Amino acid sequence: MATVGRVSRGATTFLKVSPSAVSLQSVANVSTLKNGLNGKKTFLGLLGVVGGGAAGLAFALNESVKASDLTLHTSNFPWSHNGYFSSLDHASIRRGYEVYKNVCAACHSMKYIAFRNLIGVSHTESEAKAEAEAIQVKDGPDEEGNMFERPGKLSDYFPNPYTNDEAARSANNGALPPDLSYITSARHGGENYIFSLLTGYCDPPAGVQVREGLYYNPYFPGGAIGMAQALYNEVMEYSDGTPATSSQMAKDVATFLKWASEPEHDQRKRMALKALMMFSLLFAITYYIKRHKWSVLKSRKIAYKPVK
Amino acid sequence: MAGVIGKLYQNVFRRTSSFVLAAIFGAFMFERGFDMVSDGVFENINQGKLWKHIKHSYGQQEEGGDEEEE
Repeated sequence: MATVGRVSRGATTFLKVSPSAVSLQSVANVSTLKNGLNGKKTFLGLLGVVGGGAAGLAFALNESVKASDLTLHTSNFPWSHNGYFSSLDHASIRRGYEVYKNVCAACHSMKYIAFRNLIGVSHTESEAKAEAEAIQVKDGPDEEGNMFERPGKLSDYFPNPYTNDEAARSANNGALPPDLSYITSARHGGENYIFSLLTGYCDPPAGVQVREGLYYNPYFPGGAIGMAQALYNEVMEYSDGTPATSSQMAKDVATFLKWASEPEHDQRKRMALKALMMFSLLFAITYYIKRHKWSVLKSRKIAYKPVK
Repeated sequence: MAGVIGKLYQNVFRRTSSFVLAAIFGAFMFERGFDMVSDGVFENINQGKLWKHIKHSYGQQEEGGDEEEE
């Protein structure tokens, strides 16, 4: 640099450029990063298009396969818990428990739900205790090594109507009544499917033969179901006096089973509301601070003055 | 307004000890207030559907037993 300075004064002034500008410019000229990025971008774009197309094709093929069976898909019913922040209707859960106890429990177990789970959801503690005491539970062994029967406690799970799955099969024409603890999560359509299935029994259409001991239900995959229609008008009575029509019972038991499958449902929606409120507050604060901090940078003016 | 903020600064935020105390106390109060407001909104949306709203119609047998359950 010293030699350059000695050549001419004019040249030095000309060469005097801010050091940062020099380094930036030289990076732009020397670097091959930009070209590499372009090629990579094209490749990634191509990959995305091909992958998306393949996924779409697979989805379409899968859908066409689904459309080939003769299952009637359920409609979406206007459940009172459909909204983003809508809780389950707990009066309906309580009625649904009555339906389960009086109708479904004859064949279906709910082995993951205990009587204590009802407390604060559909029953008070003493009511749940009374419900539990109404059943007999096999316990033991006692001091002599014998099993014995005792009244149920809050910590006991709902009783199983059969001693094991084989007993359940043989009592039901070889069809195993599924455990209902997680049934709405385990079936496509969830509570809509349960409602449709329970209210959807009808005569088989012309040409459809249903084997002896099976029943026709268009919502059941395959159409022939081992369960007979269980809900008829006035098949039981609600303790709160609600008219026990078959659709009312189907709606209540579907709500009850929805609760059983997702006991955290209400808490989840409550937390969603809280999280949205909290994060919108934090977003507003963050946005304000960003604007505040950047206001200096955004409104500044940079002037380049050649050195005289 | 500026006077209030100035006093607040002089008496609370200027010393680290009182600033930390103010932060802890403020967080506690904010949490309480936020929960009250958000739970109120949720219960207002779901008026009449939650167990809280219907339990009085079932618990005649015992009145003292289950007051603290949620």
